[in-house]
Amino acid sequence: MKKVIMGNHAISYGATLSRVQVIAAYPITPQTQVVELLSEIVADQKLKAEFIKVESEHSAMAACIGASSAGARAFTATSAQGLALMHELLHWAAGARLPIVMADINRAMAPPWTIWTDQNDSLSQRDTGWMQFYCQSNQEVLDSVIMAYKVAEKVLMPVMIVLDAFSLSHTYETVDVPDQALVDKYLPPLDYKYRLDVNDPHTYGGLTTPDWYMEFRIKMHEAMDQALVEIKKDAAEFEKVFGRRYDPVEPYMVDDADIVLVTSGTAASTARFAVDQMRKKGKKVGNLRMRLLRPFPFADVREHLKNAKKVVVIDRDISYGYHGIWAQEVKSALYGHSKVPVFNYIAGLGGRDIFPETIMNIVADVKKMKRPEQDLYWVEVKK
Amino acid sequence: MAKNRTKIEFQKLSELPPMVQSLRSMAANPTGSWRNLKPVLHKENCIQCTICWKFCPDAAIDWVDDYPVINLDFCKGCGICAEECPKKCIEMVKEGK
Repeated sequence: MKKVIMGNHAISYGATLSRVQVIAAYPITPQTQVVELLSEIVADQKLKAEFIKVESEHSAMAACIGASSAGARAFTATSAQGLALMHELLHWAAGARLPIVMADINRAMAPPWTIWTDQNDSLSQRDTGWMQFYCQSNQEVLDSVIMAYKVAEKVLMPVMIVLDAFSLSHTYETVDVPDQALVDKYLPPLDYKYRLDVNDPHTYGGLTTPDWYMEFRIKMHEAMDQALVEIKKDAAEFEKVFGRRYDPVEPYMVDDADIVLVTSGTAASTARFAVDQMRKKGKKVGNLRMRLLRPFPFADVREHLKNAKKVVVIDRDISYGYHGIWAQEVKSALYGHSKVPVFNYIAGLGGRDIFPETIMNIVADVKKMKRPEQDLYWVEVKK
Repeated sequence: MAKNRTKIEFQKLSELPPMVQSLRSMAANPTGSWRNLKPVLHKENCIQCTICWKFCPDAAIDWVDDYPVINLDFCKGCGICAEECPKKCIEMVKEGK
């Protein structure tokens, strides 16, 4: 059924349709409506789930870890400082191989205190062992929650669904909310093989000597590699059931493009609009939207950037003293495979809008240069 | 002294569970040599209250035939049992004497 809903409610519907069994969350702007609606759905007994109110995000993730360890499908959502407070337990969830799914509504990190979007909160959690799916529409948000459980439960690694504050979280869009029967067919109930069981007691996460620690890390890395295979397979299966397709990356007019923009989140749809405008004027520009941060789709990135004469990574994030984080990932993927110059533009931090003109100005700037003269360029900042 | 003190040995990566599960790495790793003071139970004064058993932070006290038995393979000599014993029937004795 088609509904006009905000991004946050798309998450709630995605979790409900996935028949999550335990929800533990602490409210934080801009995430609040996600769990507000879920608490109503649970209170109205439309979803058979435990809703655990907790005193912090650290506890929210701890409760999800407990629930997941017991074999329940667990869900939470947070933003910015809340995600940072979970940090220690993000490592635990991944290391304990628990298929937890959470939504992170991108909110810039404080100080200075802020509630608006940028990606530094989720990108700071890059190395915790969580998969990260960056979404560009409310439909993708809803679908991604369901897909996330599918892949998480296959490879036993947790997934973070990532979306921009306000430009998705509070923006109303038409979303096709799939039938429960369809979702049930696609996503069977969780049967977690390693769940806590009083009849077969085990200890979990105990002291592991240097003899074996590395082997557990190999297992996690292999699970992530397998996740990429499963995500690609699942793109076709999801499309067959629901008629919509989500690949690790989304190329747009890249094949003959001299300049390819690399974007993620809502900036990607703006970039595609800008590409259309520039194409009308005969400029050979394309866009590559990154949906996956982890597992990182190396092969897809190399393939779609192989014809580009210039690559322009637009980062809504910054690694201070370095440059944009996505630029780092893209450069790393291309190193040894391509000599294409990679330009890095930092835009839209703390919720500053990225307009089509912003993107077109970046492209005009890049056209003036043969190679990047600086490691990064700041976009539309006061001088 | 420790029960089931077999270390689970994995030979291959493929035999490992995905997460650390019942590796029993400490059960097979006696740590009693860390001890400077050894607890000695004077059984004749023991009133079988189980307080020492409850307080031992390393679960190094077993309960056998209604009396505490201190597992010296794992006891690190912290002395909490001696401190908490209401009848003071656990004596801490310097090791090597």
